[in-house]
Amino acid sequence: MTKLTTREKVEKSMAKRRASETRFRAYGVASVLFGLLCLVVLFGDILSKGTSAFSQTVIEQTLTIDGDYLNISASSTEDELKFANFEGLIKRHLKATYQPKGRSERRALYGMISAGAAWQIQAAVLDDRSLIGKEITLPLLADDAVDQWFKHDRERGFNDLMSERQLQWLNGWIDNGQMYTRFNKLFFVNGDSREPELAGIRGAITGTFLTLLVTFLLSFPVGVAAAIYLEEFAPRNRFTELVEININNLAAVPSITFGLLGLAIFINMFGVARSTPLVGGLVLTLMTLPTIIISGRAAIKAVPPSIREAAFGLGASKMQVVFHHVLPLALPGMLTGAILGMAQALGETAPLLMIGMIAFVVDVPGFINDPSTVLPVQIFLWSDSPERAFMERTSGAIMVLLGFLIVMNTAAVWLRRRLERRW
Amino acid sequence: MNYSSLLIAIVIFLGGAYLLGRNRARAIANQGGSLHSLPTHYGALMALWTGLPAILLLLIWSLLQGPVIDQLLVAQLPQAIQQGSATDIQLTLSKVHNLASGAGVSADPTLEPAVNHLLALEDRTRLLNAGAVITLALIGMGLSWRRIQPQMRARTEVEKIVSLLLLSSSAVAVLTTVGILASVLYEAWMFFHKVSPIEFLFGTTWSPQVALRADQSGSSGSFGAVPLFAGTLLISLIAMIIAVPVGLMSAIYLSEYASATVRKYAKPALEVLAGIPTVVYGFFAALTVAPVIRGLGESMGLAVSSESALAAGLVMGVMIIPFVSSLSDDVINAVPQSLRDGSYGLGATRSETVRQVVIPAALPGIVGAVMLAVSRAIGETMIVAMAAGLAANLTANPLDSVTTVTVQIVTLLVGDQEFDSPKTLAAFALGLVLFLVTLALNFIALKVVQKYREQYD
Repeated sequence: MTKLTTREKVEKSMAKRRASETRFRAYGVASVLFGLLCLVVLFGDILSKGTSAFSQTVIEQTLTIDGDYLNISASSTEDELKFANFEGLIKRHLKATYQPKGRSERRALYGMISAGAAWQIQAAVLDDRSLIGKEITLPLLADDAVDQWFKHDRERGFNDLMSERQLQWLNGWIDNGQMYTRFNKLFFVNGDSREPELAGIRGAITGTFLTLLVTFLLSFPVGVAAAIYLEEFAPRNRFTELVEININNLAAVPSITFGLLGLAIFINMFGVARSTPLVGGLVLTLMTLPTIIISGRAAIKAVPPSIREAAFGLGASKMQVVFHHVLPLALPGMLTGAILGMAQALGETAPLLMIGMIAFVVDVPGFINDPSTVLPVQIFLWSDSPERAFMERTSGAIMVLLGFLIVMNTAAVWLRRRLERRW
Repeated sequence: MNYSSLLIAIVIFLGGAYLLGRNRARAIANQGGSLHSLPTHYGALMALWTGLPAILLLLIWSLLQGPVIDQLLVAQLPQAIQQGSATDIQLTLSKVHNLASGAGVSADPTLEPAVNHLLALEDRTRLLNAGAVITLALIGMGLSWRRIQPQMRARTEVEKIVSLLLLSSSAVAVLTTVGILASVLYEAWMFFHKVSPIEFLFGTTWSPQVALRADQSGSSGSFGAVPLFAGTLLISLIAMIIAVPVGLMSAIYLSEYASATVRKYAKPALEVLAGIPTVVYGFFAALTVAPVIRGLGESMGLAVSSESALAAGLVMGVMIIPFVSSLSDDVINAVPQSLRDGSYGLGATRSETVRQVVIPAALPGIVGAVMLAVSRAIGETMIVAMAAGLAANLTANPLDSVTTVTVQIVTLLVGDQEFDSPKTLAAFALGLVLFLVTLALNFIALKVVQKYREQYD
């Protein structure tokens, strides 16, 4: 066996070492690509499931608003119009036009039109009373099963819910051009509903807005004040150390424990009404405070000491230096941090489940002490519903939520670029 | 007067006080007196003394109002109920509140006096509250108005009050921790009166349903939390198996290999994963990943639960990737360049440098990052609430359905709660365990990371 020189040893091992180098690098590329792939798959999945939530199938029908049947006339009061039996009118019209045979066929026919159709006619009549006694053509809302069939299953030739007779009617409507999809406005103007075709996110969006308003109004001033204190005034003592440890820990505590706090302290001890944006905002305030304080401190740290020294030199007191010079310069950075904190609060669900924001709320909340829900909780609620139409609406609501998040994060980045100064 | 109009009134008083104080100070100055502070300081001082006591009173009042009114109401309830248990009294009180707000119809004429009393009380307290708050604001305004003198040290006083306000703002963080601890500790204490801590921590059967009637069979309620801890650990472990290698390798690639352009776009793109709400991940796990895994498993002849731990764990892992990668990225970047240069100088390749120099140097920081990630995985709620099951199986099979601590907290607390039943209290005991475990993990991780940072500073 010949003895190899070091050089030969190295050269002999080079091929192996190069291969291992390439492998290592490939692992790195693969990891990054895996992460990005997950992102693409996630977004693609949500988009492919949710886009159809923004369109709604309607069935155009021409029917007479029979004043005698409904017991109303052009001079009826609003209450009389509201209690008139428009549902019966639709059923009578359907029965006369399509002549279902027997009870089960009748029920199958009526079931294809949404319960919301009666409200559509009522709204039209309330809008223009001269319609009473006349013939009108309205695109009536289709029931969610029909909607799903028309949007998804029809082209694939798949069908699991429609009977033969129903298919005949449906194909008849399609051939006449009576059945088509249009923009799903109700999704944006309605509150929650048990009927998928009538369920909308307006209640949840208003609730989210009110909750975030409370959160911002409480957490921004308190967070900024705490950041100023810790960065500018706090003496190095046990209390300051305790506060700093607490802030760092709270930033990493599971959000669900804040829900437990809200339930035990705010609701049980102080008697704040549950399910309201007020208590939701209080809980989210405590949750976002660490984020705002940490980013606020970073913003204050970024203000160069020369500014402070100049102000001191002109005879300003410590308080004047901070509030007249440091704070205005640090504010853009603090605002950016606050927006990011709000984005985090916007997506938060778990603590809000604890404090009753999971209630089924149909009405759009008007103020911070009305029962309400928020967008992420609405998503959670819908994702549990068995109807297939709710799955599509869940994805639609997720798209809206992600849209808000993208806007907020872009705003934060834009603000940072625009307002933050380089010293 | 309701709270919002009262608050608006206080704000108006506050603004008025500021203007009054400033103008008075100016008038004094114009008369030739030389002021100690700027006129605005006198204004601010007046505004503070007008607003702060009033707002404080309003706060304390609104906190105490509920319990006090309830105490007064109890005296109006029928004798029979007054002598009943605390729960009965509570129940009747909420009935009275409902009746007073016009919800529900009275089935019980004996409650009538209490309802009327409540309505009268509410009217009176509202008036009293508004009156007291406004009087206090006016008193503050008047007193501070009289105190405005040329030699008065308004600036010093304003600054003292403001720095007290700043201090109390930062104390909120401590109060939050105290609040969390107090709330979980108290309810957990109640729970451990009913269920022994030994059974809770070491029991292996979890079935929190408590029988409503004594003669009901089956559901006696057992609170052995081991299956929950095991389920939590199983799902976290799966998540870590995904997140740690992928996150760490991404961080290494992005900080050691990638060009500036790739880094500029890939890093924020990966961080988008961290910004997606967990409820979205939960939906994705439950409706997309779980069926795919189930289909794959069945095509291989395996029995896969539709709520498998694997689906929840995989998606949770994806969520945690950016968490691991950005924390490790920070620690890898903190390793001094001189160490790398030394290694290159000895002829090591890049990967050898990373493996044998950079990683060992950054190890404490990476360990800290992984611990923070574990704490995040343990506390994650929505993904498991949507994708993992409710059945408390004690199993290590990732294809089976398991449940976690957070899922049980959510299930036990959503809906109606009775704070005297061990079922509701159990949620707080679980919360206590969760809080303590994550607190310990975070605390150690932060210490480790901090120590490591100091090493190279």
